[in-house]
Amino acid sequence: MRSQSRIAFYLLLTPLVLWLGLLIVIPHIDMLLISLRERISFGVYDRSLLQYEKALTEPLYLRTFARTAVMSILATAITLIIAFPVAYYIAKMAKGRLQQVLFLLCLIPFYVSELVRTFGWMILLRETGIVSNLLQWTGLADQPVELLYTDATMMVGLVYTSMLFMVVPLVTTLESLDDSVIEAGYDLGGNGFSVLREIIIPHAMPGIVSGCIVVFMLSLGNYLTPTMLGGKDSLWFTEMIYNQFIVRSNWELGAAFGFMLLVLSSVIVWGMLALTGRTLKETMG
Amino acid sequence: MTPDLECVGLVKRFGDTTAVDNVSFSVPPGSFFSILGPSGCGKTTIMRMIAGFLDPTSGDIRIKGGSVLDTPPNKRPVNMVFQHLALFPMMTIAENIGYGLRRRGMGKAEIARKVDEALDRIGLPGIGARKVDELSGGQKQRVAIARCMVLEPDVLLLDEPLGALDLKLREHMKVELKALQAAFDTTFVYITHDQSEALVMSDQIAVMNAGRFEQVGTGQDLYYRPDTPFVAGFIGESNRWKGRIEAVDGGQVQLRTESGLAMRATGAGLAQGARAEIFVRPESIRLASSEDALSGFDNRLQGTVTSLLFNGAASRVLVEDDVGETLEVTLPQSGEFSALKRGDAVHIGWGAGQATCFGAG
Repeated sequence: MRSQSRIAFYLLLTPLVLWLGLLIVIPHIDMLLISLRERISFGVYDRSLLQYEKALTEPLYLRTFARTAVMSILATAITLIIAFPVAYYIAKMAKGRLQQVLFLLCLIPFYVSELVRTFGWMILLRETGIVSNLLQWTGLADQPVELLYTDATMMVGLVYTSMLFMVVPLVTTLESLDDSVIEAGYDLGGNGFSVLREIIIPHAMPGIVSGCIVVFMLSLGNYLTPTMLGGKDSLWFTEMIYNQFIVRSNWELGAAFGFMLLVLSSVIVWGMLALTGRTLKETMG
Repeated sequence: MTPDLECVGLVKRFGDTTAVDNVSFSVPPGSFFSILGPSGCGKTTIMRMIAGFLDPTSGDIRIKGGSVLDTPPNKRPVNMVFQHLALFPMMTIAENIGYGLRRRGMGKAEIARKVDEALDRIGLPGIGARKVDELSGGQKQRVAIARCMVLEPDVLLLDEPLGALDLKLREHMKVELKALQAAFDTTFVYITHDQSEALVMSDQIAVMNAGRFEQVGTGQDLYYRPDTPFVAGFIGESNRWKGRIEAVDGGQVQLRTESGLAMRATGAGLAQGARAEIFVRPESIRLASSEDALSGFDNRLQGTVTSLLFNGAASRVLVEDDVGETLEVTLPQSGEFSALKRGDAVHIGWGAGQATCFGAG
């Protein structure tokens, strides 16, 4: 009986180990090794830290790196601020069918690919697009307005792409908050703000943290949105990785960039957990 | 003296359904008032209107004489102990109790003093630093009450707070709640579907059914002198029959049930020939082995025991009489009937005063 359950355990564990091993651990070890070498001549490589040295001394690389981090954090914060009232409405105020319909409305945009959705934004916001025409028609603008290729547009795209991944964990945690706990908060003299601050947000903290982690990682690793909606100056770190691997065929520097991104996201997620005083186990479990 | 809480012509409609239908009552200061009724009778709706979470369709709610209809829930001088207590799980016990005081902007030191005082009062000193889920059901109960009582409300509302506890603890908490009420000397309004909770603790009980108050009175009033068939059937247990009045003699009537059982009963406002509902409690029927012992009773029957329902102090025997009617009779635990078994012939009797009858349609 015991040996049987052990066999079952290993059988269930196998796909996970294969997945982690083949798709995550082995490629990353290989990437690490690639990033730690220097091309001497055709087919000849030497161990060196040159790639990291380049990455950390070249101002363009560093600036893009920092910009990507800051913009991702900003996108996460904006997503949280917009998603929280939405999630609260879905979880606590909407009842029955309305709740399901609203939840579905959040989900529907994700039925089409990210590429198509981003093109949708371009149709809306380009110089000859709907918003531009509308502004001219109402007389708010006297010539075509280009709304694409700015940081703000890119931010809109990032927030839009990430919204669902913030709303879902928030709805789940907020739904688990008993209505009577909120009522008790009011009954004992609290107003809307203090109930939100002392009762609703502390309760929703696991959802907030896990939503933020997911959204932050999605924004940091996003390639399409910054490339399509961002302007000349809104270079995203993933674009630089792409350039090194595909355009320049400089795998060594690309791999080094990849590792820097991994370290950055780990550090920021860890910082986020430390700041809110939570452990990864609490948040994900 | 101004009542602590007064409801006048309170009505609440949800769409087409009337949840609370013209309910008026007043609760004198320092008393324990219960609203007792089956689930869905509208008692929770009344409570939520008093707390301010629902607006009445019409009518007025006055606390210490002043209408509170325009006062939002967080400003009303009433506090509520919720059905599942609704302690704040993200806070410690001390933070839970101090929550309302913090909302009033009281100083930290004073809050700490008041919290300690409240914890002493509920007999749980020194648990302030603990988390909510470290407490037992009974302790949470007392913390929930303390959390309200530190605010010194004019009226404390309790919404079936004992429902989630197991039987033994519930029995214990009944006594404790009554003691806490006396200690805090505050008006308690308690809603429950459990008649024993209401009977044990309350000074006044309102029996509610289908949105209306059927009767308001002390436990004894409701038990001994029910005003309506609903109250007679809801409070305690009863043998109940339908029958027809054969003769009226002052406050007493002579009647015959549908199955042909003749008896004398008490009932006002009934005419000869009227249809009636009769209630006789199992505990007011006397069981005897010979007819002589029952000479003082208006109604006497002979029957056979068809079943013994053993339930400790609340044990019953089912007695079938000559006409085939089965009556539930309380089995005295004095040892006299310890040998009673199925098929034994017994005599039963009850007074006309213990048989209550009401006109039925």
